[in-house]
Amino acid sequence: MNPFTYSRAGDLDEAVREISDNDRAKFIAGGTNLVDLMKANVMHPTHLVDITRLGLSAIEETEEGGLRLGSLVTNAETAYHPQVAERYPLLANAILAGASPQLRNMATNGGNLLQRTRCYYFYDTATPCNKREPGSGCSALNGHNRIHAILGTSEHCIATHPSDMCVALAALEAVVRVTNRYGERAIPFADFHRLPGDTPHIDANLEPDEIITAVELPPRGFSQHFKYLKIRDRASYAFALVSVAVGLEMEGDTIREARLALGGVAHKPWRNLEAEALLVGNPANRETFKRAADRIVADARGYGSNSFKIELARRAVVRALNEAAK
Amino acid sequence: MTTNYIGKPTNRVDGYAKVTGGAKYAGEHNVPGLTYGVVVSSDIARGRISRIDASEALKLNGVLEVFTHENRPSLPWFDRNYQDQDQPPGSPFRPLYDNEIQFSQQPIALVVAETFELARYAASLVKVQYVREPHGTDLRAIQGQAYAPSKGKPSWKKPRPRGNAAQGMEQSIFKIEGRYDHAAEHHNPLEMHASTVVYEPSGKLTVYDKTQGVPNSQKYISRIFGLSKAQATVHAPFIGGAFGSGLRPQYQLFLAVMAALQLKRSVRVTLTRQQMFSFGHRPATIQRFELGADAEGKLQAVVHEAIQETSQFEDYTENVVNWSGTVYQCDNVEPTYKLVKLDTYTPLDMRAPGGATAMAAYEVAIDELAYAAGIDPLEFRLINYTERDPMQDLPYSSKELRACYRQAAERFGWSNRRPEPRSMRDGNELIGWGMATGIWEAEQKPAMAKAVLTADGKLTVSSATEDIGTGTYTIMTQIAAETLGLPLENVTFELGDSSMPEAPLQGGSWTAATVGSAVKSACLEVQKRLFEYAGSMPDSPLAKADADGVVFADGRIHLKHYPTIGVTIQDVLRHSGVDRIEEEVTTLPDMLRQKKYARFTHSAVFVEVKVDEDLGTVHVTRVVTAVAGGRILNPKTARSQVLGGVVWGIGMALEEESVLDHQFGRFINHDLAEYHVAVNLDVPPIDVIFVEENDTVVNPLGVKGLGEIGVVGTPAAIANAVFHATGKRLRDLPITLDKVM
Repeated sequence: MNPFTYSRAGDLDEAVREISDNDRAKFIAGGTNLVDLMKANVMHPTHLVDITRLGLSAIEETEEGGLRLGSLVTNAETAYHPQVAERYPLLANAILAGASPQLRNMATNGGNLLQRTRCYYFYDTATPCNKREPGSGCSALNGHNRIHAILGTSEHCIATHPSDMCVALAALEAVVRVTNRYGERAIPFADFHRLPGDTPHIDANLEPDEIITAVELPPRGFSQHFKYLKIRDRASYAFALVSVAVGLEMEGDTIREARLALGGVAHKPWRNLEAEALLVGNPANRETFKRAADRIVADARGYGSNSFKIELARRAVVRALNEAAK
Repeated sequence: MTTNYIGKPTNRVDGYAKVTGGAKYAGEHNVPGLTYGVVVSSDIARGRISRIDASEALKLNGVLEVFTHENRPSLPWFDRNYQDQDQPPGSPFRPLYDNEIQFSQQPIALVVAETFELARYAASLVKVQYVREPHGTDLRAIQGQAYAPSKGKPSWKKPRPRGNAAQGMEQSIFKIEGRYDHAAEHHNPLEMHASTVVYEPSGKLTVYDKTQGVPNSQKYISRIFGLSKAQATVHAPFIGGAFGSGLRPQYQLFLAVMAALQLKRSVRVTLTRQQMFSFGHRPATIQRFELGADAEGKLQAVVHEAIQETSQFEDYTENVVNWSGTVYQCDNVEPTYKLVKLDTYTPLDMRAPGGATAMAAYEVAIDELAYAAGIDPLEFRLINYTERDPMQDLPYSSKELRACYRQAAERFGWSNRRPEPRSMRDGNELIGWGMATGIWEAEQKPAMAKAVLTADGKLTVSSATEDIGTGTYTIMTQIAAETLGLPLENVTFELGDSSMPEAPLQGGSWTAATVGSAVKSACLEVQKRLFEYAGSMPDSPLAKADADGVVFADGRIHLKHYPTIGVTIQDVLRHSGVDRIEEEVTTLPDMLRQKKYARFTHSAVFVEVKVDEDLGTVHVTRVVTAVAGGRILNPKTARSQVLGGVVWGIGMALEEESVLDHQFGRFINHDLAEYHVAVNLDVPPIDVIFVEENDTVVNPLGVKGLGEIGVVGTPAAIANAVFHATGKRLRDLPITLDKVM
């Protein structure tokens, strides 16, 4: 860990100004990922801007009837908030499937979106990694890639996004609110995270001088038919090998609307709109679910130790849809 | 026999200190002027350092020194100076010896600074250039290079064949053959390895080290740095788990002592979690079995081969193939044991070394043979039960394994099991029931102890042993209190100080037996003296009593048959004219008697798993284990030992794997996020039954030790339960979901 300076921003303008003035500055809130990465010598910010006093810590209704989750609300507060638990149980379940109570008490919603991959090689500075050091190569391609991506990969990076929360947010079609020097903008969740392509060192479509202020949930929460299924190597406190967030609108046994997002399989929460379309208007049965699952994994590619994820993802999608449709 | 303390569930005497932070661990001793050392580790597995440049680090204000192979002090560099009590044959690793890299994460520099943060930053500025050489770390790929070691560690027994296994196989009606692999595992105690070396103004060193043997660490640094016993003492009053990782002095001890002597300052070196993957580990092992049984299910042949990894510089050996010829009756046994040299650090004993490895595979093979013969797995084991140790051809000092099978099976409900695989189900989940046998050595080693009784009636007993979380403090206090009939709160047991009477390494499940016997013996000497003084007191009611006719209880010495007639121990001391009674003893095992018997701890483990058929996830939902471990000194700490062992078995069966990336020759999942140990949610209710044994051979206390037996049978019981659930025979550990799917 390198020496760094620290300041506490009093308001949003100050925070944005501080981050804009110093290209080696980073925001810090819960610090549950950044501090680890600094200790591991993976990230080297020279200045930390503490944003924990900015407010942004409310959960309130939006004009459209959705819910605005302040970026500084902790993961734990979000998951246990009565409105979230009741209207967006998919999100609450996803959050509670991640990390540990101690971490969820510290981690914030904005930080959750920006947590970095858990790729072994990204964390180990003795090995090449294009995400850590662009151009140095990807060690995972021919290495141990059990936890790596099978969809949307590139020859430069096969890392995954590790969040559970974000998988649910993708399925719910949340919107990320950000502020910069010129004002505010809204980023649809599907456009927030990126695929690695030839710039795997950039995780998200967030400019270095922008700050996340809130995540907005649309009114529809799929609270009647939902499932967050997380499959991992132990019962708790492990990142997903494959996770599936499902939200369905049902009319009798017929699926009227379907949202489906996968975690642990790609550089971002993975959605496949064609697969979702295959579900709509069809009876909620194994045939329908399999068709959607097959569509999703049709594009998948394994790299050796993660090849089992293709079949696992297929089965997980079928299971999650089946449970959600009940 | 009536007892006040032995056999009673007693809370840990050090529990309060531990939960309130009063217990200080090696990296927690603070002294004024303490400096901090951070280790720089090698990026490569094999090759040479061509250039090491510490100039950027040394520019920082507050960085005291960067020690490398180029500027290390001149020290003796003979192998014998680096030897320790758990030394395999070969040439021990010598930190900062020269520019050669022998394994990934080899320590190549120590940066010492006034603060930890500064040292850590400075360490990141040390620039190293390497000349890489090809490394070999893939055991499976180079198993063709395996060789039979001519000698091994002192505890290693050269495998001995008996009978004619080929003929036995030919005669067999039922046969199985299979290969069983398991991955390397690291100990990963919660507390990282650390050494704090306090440099006294006189030049004396007080060293706090994470070790399972303060005498071992003390002798190690004495030999290397030429320090007398008075010039350096080593202390380890508390240890946050070790599981074998502290059986050899680790390099942070060497580095901290070296830096303290050079800088004439106090130095602390604490390894990172990543660096905990830079030294000893349970070796990856490839095993092969051929087993045959006759029409009645009697074992006719056991062919057992094991190939284990070792380092380039030492021949680390485990007793692996020996166990298959020990557990059941069989006349034809053919064991083969081989090593393959890898460019990694030497493996190191890890909780039930060799035994856990062997039984995790052998008890699966036995299950396969039972299925092949169409015999219930428990019944199959009873058919092959042996009342004599077939390996040494000796009777057992005690063996209540049959009772373990019966009691655990009954508690588990084994008789309700449907034998066919895939015959039990709960929704999406298949249910499986499996069982296995566990076995471990019941050894006693020589040890010393000292007991001091003072005029206030307080007893202090000491021995340079350790408590790695096992409960040593507590059971030794119980033994001493029991022997002298003193209230528990009047007894203090001290350990973990190299100036105390010597004890062997804390390992091998022998501490209760070994140190316990010495503690008892020291207290018996005090008893003798007290009895003499009591008899010579004026008007002593015990003047005519003989030693067998009195009892030490409740702080008094009284007549056995007239408990009201007696004297208090404090009165005895008051009248004796001495202010203290001090006795130091050396206790040796009764070899003449012990060598006539085979001495083992046994267990039976029964496990229920639920397996998600589609997703391959395995959950252990129930464990019942019965342990025949001699006399149980403290049911509470004893149970904790077995619980911990079973949890380890769950990890070994389903989760633990140190993954070597062969591109870099490096353990790549080197943190607790990706090296998975069992978490709370993985651990079901565990039912522990103790089948007590009255064993007068193993040691004067009749105890057998429980630190390791909990692990031994558990992985195979789980693997067998997975087979029963799914019909899939999985022979490679850990059984992760991709293998089950």
